Amino acid sequence: MLSVSLGTVIWTTIAFLVVVFLLAKFAWKPILNSIREREESISQALEDADKAKELMRELKEDNEKLLQEARMERDEIIKSARDAKEKMITEAKEKAKEEGEKMIASAKESIRSEKASAMNEIKSHIAELSLDIAEKIIREKLSNEGKQKEIIESTLKEAKLN
Amino acid sequence: MMTAILGLSSQSVMASGGEGKFNAGEMIMHHISDAHEIHIIGDFAIYLPVIIKTEEGWDVFSSSHFYHNEESLEIDSTSSAHYYEHGDYILFHEHIYLKGEGLELDENGDAKNQAVALDMSITKNVAGIFLTALIMFLIFFSVAKAYKKRGRTAPKGFQAFMEPLILFVRDEVAIPSIGKGKADKFVPFLLSIFFFIWISNLLGLIPFLGGMNITGTLSVTMVLATIVFIITTINGKKPYWVHILWPPNVPIPIKLILVPIEIAGLFIKPLVLMVRLTANITAGHIIILAFVALIFIFGEQSAGAGYGVGIGSTLFMIFMNFIELLVAFLQAYVFTLLAALYFGAAVEEAHH
Repeated sequence: MLSVSLGTVIWTTIAFLVVVFLLAKFAWKPILNSIREREESISQALEDADKAKELMRELKEDNEKLLQEARMERDEIIKSARDAKEKMITEAKEKAKEEGEKMIASAKESIRSEKASAMNEIKSHIAELSLDIAEKIIREKLSNEGKQKEIIESTLKEAKLN
Repeated sequence: MMTAILGLSSQSVMASGGEGKFNAGEMIMHHISDAHEIHIIGDFAIYLPVIIKTEEGWDVFSSSHFYHNEESLEIDSTSSAHYYEHGDYILFHEHIYLKGEGLELDENGDAKNQAVALDMSITKNVAGIFLTALIMFLIFFSVAKAYKKRGRTAPKGFQAFMEPLILFVRDEVAIPSIGKGKADKFVPFLLSIFFFIWISNLLGLIPFLGGMNITGTLSVTMVLATIVFIITTINGKKPYWVHILWPPNVPIPIKLILVPIEIAGLFIKPLVLMVRLTANITAGHIIILAFVALIFIFGEQSAGAGYGVGIGSTLFMIFMNFIELLVAFLQAYVFTLLAALYFGAAVEEAHH
């Protein structure tokens, strides 16, 4: 055990060097390479995942911002629409009121003129009617002798008095 | 687990103490030493090829020729040395010598015979290293295939079991010690050495596999430590060498003390790496074998004592085996971590 045997030394050297060279070439190289590749791909995947997470976060933030903006815009639109509505209503109300007043005024005017013309007409009608009546009465009164004499007598009577 | 160890040791008792008393030290040393066979159980063993070079050239034969031809040499009336013989060679304490006139011993009990020029036998440890390499190829080629097939998707099955270990070496050992970016170059080597040591350690814990003591063998850890030293040295940047050869902001007299220490440190570091691994793994094997030896020592007194101690020993052995599973991982981790720290120091940028 403790004495060195040259034969064993030579065989050990040959065997060990063959083991080192063959394994280095055909075993360790592919094994270590695939382990390294796998490790790299894993760390790459983790990095990518982190990046994706970051991107996702940014996207979400953007979305939130966009949503916020949209919400604000909506509120603005609604508010302006409400304002416009209100304005329109008040304007319309005012206009209607004005128009109504105008219409009332014109109606009143026309009523007044109609009334005046009606009055005039009535007046003329009444005048005609009165004339007619008077005429008729007179005609009636003067249609018989007695009457005529009577009238003449009454009239003369009156005239005598005067 | 323990039955395997018991099986192993009973055989060894027959082998080493056939006629004499049970020798615990000899049994333990026999088991943690290298061998030319993988002893499975009883008489069954896997005989490994013996490859030797002599002046006449290469010789290759099965170790079964040795193990089936046991000889013994009478030393005195009470003891004898056992050895194996085949053709022109003898195998004594797992070392191969030229036969000559048969085994001759000096006064220390060592063989005086001439050793073969080069023993390139596939011994138990070499076979264990080949097995480790084979297991690593099977595991990591299939894992690599799974990665190629599944691409970037999550790991599955065996791939999912190996990935945390691979990431452990890369993220907990290499990158903190060497620094990001610079670590990539060293990660394949660190992964290889980590799994090589760990699997070798685990092979040593598998029962019925001859109790391989691969990473507890100095020849093996020496090669690993030397390679770490070479890589550290050729990757040493300017600040590393400056720090060793002429440390800045240090008074000259202290420099004179510091520089030799630093230079010695260059060699002590891999040396420590080598000794720590060998000692830890061998120690684990020795402790487990010592518990086995305990049973036989008491068993020699009386069968009852043997059985009694056997129960306690076995429980301790199970406990030790779990500790050794932890140590197997821990030592692979420590070796890899220190190698990474040395690489880190070598490629460090100036920071003074």
